[in-house]
Amino acid sequence: MGYDVVVIGAGPGGSNAARTAAEEGLDVLLIEKRQEIGAPKRCGEGLSVGGIKNLGLTPDPRWAINEIRGASVYAPNGKRISVRYPETIGYVLERKIFDKHLAMNAARAGAKVLARTVATGLIMENGFVKGVRYSRFGEEIETEAKIVVAADGVESKVARWAGINTTNKLMDIDAGFQYEMVVDLEEPDMLELYFGAKIAPRGYVWIFPKGEDVANVGIGIGGKEQGVAKKYLDAFIESRPDLKRGSILEVNAGGIPVGDPVDKLATNGLMIVGDAAHQVNAIHGGGIHEASVAGMIAGKVAAEAIQEGDVSEARLMEYEHLWREKRGKILHKIVKLRQAIEKLSDDDLNMLAEKLTGQDLVDFANGKNFMKLAKIMMRRPRLVSIAKGLL
Amino acid sequence: MKGKAAINRELCMACGGCVGVCPFTALELENGNKLDLDGESCTGCGICERFCPVGAIKVV
Ligand SMILES: Cc1cc2nc3c(=O)[nH]c(=O)nc-3n(C[C@H](O)[C@H](O)[C@H](O)COP(=O)(O)OP(=O)(O)OC[C@H]3O[C@@H](n4cnc5c(N)ncnc54)[C@H](O)[C@@H]3O)c2cc1C
Ligand code: SF4
Ligand code: SF4
Repeated sequence: MGYDVVVIGAGPGGSNAARTAAEEGLDVLLIEKRQEIGAPKRCGEGLSVGGIKNLGLTPDPRWAINEIRGASVYAPNGKRISVRYPETIGYVLERKIFDKHLAMNAARAGAKVLARTVATGLIMENGFVKGVRYSRFGEEIETEAKIVVAADGVESKVARWAGINTTNKLMDIDAGFQYEMVVDLEEPDMLELYFGAKIAPRGYVWIFPKGEDVANVGIGIGGKEQGVAKKYLDAFIESRPDLKRGSILEVNAGGIPVGDPVDKLATNGLMIVGDAAHQVNAIHGGGIHEASVAGMIAGKVAAEAIQEGDVSEARLMEYEHLWREKRGKILHKIVKLRQAIEKLSDDDLNMLAEKLTGQDLVDFANGKNFMKLAKIMMRRPRLVSIAKGLL
Repeated sequence: MKGKAAINRELCMACGGCVGVCPFTALELENGNKLDLDGESCTGCGICERFCPVGAIKVV
């Protein structure tokens, strides 16, 4: 038995690819190796209102559990820059429910979804991916597929089997660690982010509220940094009596790919989406929206390619071209911004905190208005060459 | 002489990050919840150790 498309990995990337392909009338199989889709989470669970809209969803209180109206960013010296909007600008999600919901939508669109089913290899013929080997409760199964979508996340193997190197370089991945905590929160509708080489080298600590008194308290540090992310987060919590008193409901960890995407996003009979392709916003580490958008584009291209009877790399590269237009260009700018910021000392960051507004920071994280940042940096001779990298 | 990676199961969160940084495909997250090392492929390069958010994998 064969399918038009087999999607491997039921995260946001895979579920959206499977849903879109099924909506286009294709025969789709979506397999997920975990026994429970979406759990345990590897995520701070923040998603913007615009992001939810781009996925064609309306916020549902079952998974969009806390409204966010702004953010406070703390410089290494403690100086706070805040931005608060009158309206809701984002949500903190319950990802185990959200991810399951996305997989349900794929199933409802007609895809066959199978949890606890592990892809173990690809069937290759004359340089084309022709199908998938997978295993369910010890049973080894082979199925043909016209196209395979590798949506297998940060631990991606599928694309490697097809000869595309998706290994993350230590320079280009963050090590993440997080506690979901019951804590006292002053502003449950504001995200908090803390910067500083002592707090989180080449990264930040976040507090993302999930309700009045529950929050994801997490950290991402540069993968190349000496020292263990957990120790930095524990030290931060130790320094804060309000957090120290808190309780821990869940412990999460994970890698966040924050470099440029892999060399190519498609080969004969295969497309790569989401964390597997390193499609993440390099500044805030958000990848739910990026994986989903990429998945939807891949699902559409799969349908067209199959209809035309051409699943060659040349045909499937349309996915990469469309993705670059829609997201890749902006994400590349954001990678450049990250590379610039990583070179700044705490003293530089403190200086910037005096000159920037909260809105500026939101703009930068969305790849906009770099000119303002570059101009301020240009005033410090040591930062001139770094600032030029932004332009 | 370099050793091989060793997983400390008391600490490992099965987060899969090390699988994504290992250049030799020596690591695998079985069913998404158990980390496995293929000792044959491991070169002892130590990249996984540098990455791990909890210090659960070390070259020994
Ligand atoms: C600590 C941390 C905090 C984060 N915070 C945020 C945040 O606040 N907001 C945000 O937008 N993003 C955040 N991210 C990033 C976000 O979680 C990811 O970018 C997103 O989940 C990527 O989606 P995906 O579909 O590409 O991969 P995933 O969600 O990782 O899904 C991949 C799936 O593939 C499965 N799989 C792998 N191999 C196989 C196989 N061989 N067979 C079958 N199935 C397989 C895996 O089990 C997994 O379920 C965070 C990440 C981390 C680590
Ligand atoms: S990075 Fe560390 S915690 Fe995560 S799976 Fe590897 S050894 Fe375990
Ligand atoms: S030591 Fe190197 S080769 Fe061995 S598991 Fe770790 S990263 Fe892979």
